[in-house]
Amino acid sequence: MIAHADTIPPARHPLVSFILRWVLTTNHKEIGTLYLCLSFALFLIGGLMAMVFRAELAQPGLQFMTADFYNQLLTLHGLVMVFGAVMPAFVGLANWMIPMMIGAPDMALPRLNNFSFWILPFAFFLLLSSLFMEGGAPNFGWTLYAPLSTTYGPPSTDFLIFGIHLMGISSILGAINIIVTIFNLRAPGMTLMKMPLFVWTWLITAFLLIMAMPVLAGVVTMMLTDRHFGTSFFEASGGGDPLIFQHVFWFFGHPEVYIMILPGFGIASQIIPTFARKPLFGYASMVYATVAIAGLSFVVWGHHMFATGMPLAAELFFMYATMLIAVPTGVKVFNWVATMWRGSMTFETPMLFAIGFVVMFTIGGFSGLMLAIAPVDFQYHDTFFVVAHLHYVLYPGAIFATMAAVYYWLPKWTGNMYDERLGKIHFWSAVIGLNLTFFPMHFVGLAGMPRRIVDYALPYAGLNLFATLGAWILGLTQLLFLYIVIKTIRGGEKATDQVWESAEGLEWTVPSPAPHHTFDTPPRVE
Amino acid sequence: MTKNRKQQRKQATLLVLLATGMFGFAFALVPLYEIFCEVTGFNGRTFGQTTASVEQFSQVVGREVTIEFVAHVGRGMPWEFRPTESRLRVRTGEVSETKFYARNYANKLVTGQAVPSVTPGAASLSLHKIECFCFTQQQLEAGEEVEMPVLFYVDDDLPADIGTLSLSYTLYPVPDAQVVTLDDDVRGSPTPILEHSEEHSGS
Repeated sequence: MIAHADTIPPARHPLVSFILRWVLTTNHKEIGTLYLCLSFALFLIGGLMAMVFRAELAQPGLQFMTADFYNQLLTLHGLVMVFGAVMPAFVGLANWMIPMMIGAPDMALPRLNNFSFWILPFAFFLLLSSLFMEGGAPNFGWTLYAPLSTTYGPPSTDFLIFGIHLMGISSILGAINIIVTIFNLRAPGMTLMKMPLFVWTWLITAFLLIMAMPVLAGVVTMMLTDRHFGTSFFEASGGGDPLIFQHVFWFFGHPEVYIMILPGFGIASQIIPTFARKPLFGYASMVYATVAIAGLSFVVWGHHMFATGMPLAAELFFMYATMLIAVPTGVKVFNWVATMWRGSMTFETPMLFAIGFVVMFTIGGFSGLMLAIAPVDFQYHDTFFVVAHLHYVLYPGAIFATMAAVYYWLPKWTGNMYDERLGKIHFWSAVIGLNLTFFPMHFVGLAGMPRRIVDYALPYAGLNLFATLGAWILGLTQLLFLYIVIKTIRGGEKATDQVWESAEGLEWTVPSPAPHHTFDTPPRVE
Repeated sequence: MTKNRKQQRKQATLLVLLATGMFGFAFALVPLYEIFCEVTGFNGRTFGQTTASVEQFSQVVGREVTIEFVAHVGRGMPWEFRPTESRLRVRTGEVSETKFYARNYANKLVTGQAVPSVTPGAASLSLHKIECFCFTQQQLEAGEEVEMPVLFYVDDDLPADIGTLSLSYTLYPVPDAQVVTLDDDVRGSPTPILEHSEEHSGS
């Protein structure tokens, strides 16, 4: 890569300077781009894993792989999608947009920003390298339940543990940066209650990250000491208890669910008013609802553990607390619908993804309510119904929201309009693929098909074939998305500064494409 | 601007402290969970008293309940381990005895530790073991077999809706490094002690 010493020109080799520019950058826009690229690459890797094990599940019996390899793919798919695709995508959007939305020149701690990004490629190298190790990759599901991950975990589990430590450090540092930026660098006149909702939801998400990620780091550290240093946190023979793992994990795990959805709420709250040409209905109630959801997320972890033999009182508490979350979430859905009500709506691709988000996320919310009911959860527990539920909240919630955001802000980033026709094709093929994949899972789940098992009984065969077809459509259509984004970067119809007819906010006052440095002198917000 | 930098540094430090605190909190959840279990009986661990007072048994005998015995062998434990009777009808407030059979089929001395569990969890606060092989580690020579007694009573405060409870033991191998000699162990007691005592002990 580097030329021989006597041929090195006085200036750096263009490739070296290109690499150094991206490795050493402290610019929030460039770091945002890095996050988005990494997250999309991991999204494709995680998606490919899903397409491979869906191919296995197309028919009952074992076709292409051993049960152990299936379990490994399943585990890595979950971890890569949660920590690699969804979270870095939101952090990337935050990096790009938060300074531009609050009128700040950059993030408050730019060097920390660079550091928190560059940890991530190493974290995922550790995690994904476990696939090629002796004994195989971790095979106990993304929830890492002890004793599967302690007594019975393959040797590569230690790579997973250190990978998670690195991801945790990265997200905590990123979250600290976002909070400090929002608290200190708002333009004069931008009070907290004037902030765009994307900024608000990210502020709350950042606090969730700081409070939840260390708990995950703690629980994987206990796994590590149980595996190698003779402690018995989760080992019954040494006086420990494997159930403690589930309690601590889900104490992290449920806030994590909202970490993956709150920024999506913020994105929908930016996009829907623009294309309905009406101000957001109930701004203040949106803020309070977000705070309420975040607060409640710390007291509902038990609903993941109804089947572990909890006392009745605990089941009742977790059941009611979980159902309570439907109230602020309902407020949000109501506000989005009320924003669209009698608006002058147009259906450009970002709006389509935002509406798709509202509709399908609500379906996932309803199946969540069904799962929250403790007495019936015993039937749904660990079936494909849970798989259907979690993908209906996460795919439309996190992925559709991210794609809506990319289509919405891409003209501002690149200065070019994307191809609207291709965007619409992408949206509709994604909607068809998504519903074809995950809707049949409701039925096979209610009929009793257990999740996380490579083979299944004959009666579930037909619907699983549909799900596999859907998964392949859903996966392949993301290549179209990649093509659309590259095409937009390379050229296209020039975007105006305003881009969208009635878009509001500081990010639309800067030129398109957004210059390297924006708001060197803070704007004044009236 | 410098004032701003100072404020930013202070906020960042506070947030790092919050993250560190939450890391510690994850570990604090472990003892908190133990206390929670001890108070509620959740999870079927038995924390009840291990001695009984004479006065306790001078009352009228209580209602009849069924207690079932279950034995499991942990991974890597080369013992046969089973209850000698699968269930027993007992009256609350009455001391009963049962025996568990164990045989070491390995060709060397093996030490084991039994870990008890009671279901339903709410009953675990009312089941008191006065003597139990789970109080101490058990050692068997190669091929040796033994019947190990459990002396217990079910308290009158057993919730009225519970008519059947089960007492299960899982027997785990003890690594050589953790074997304690019987003299060092003060929890176990070879004969039942009937005395007035408020002593509580974990099992």
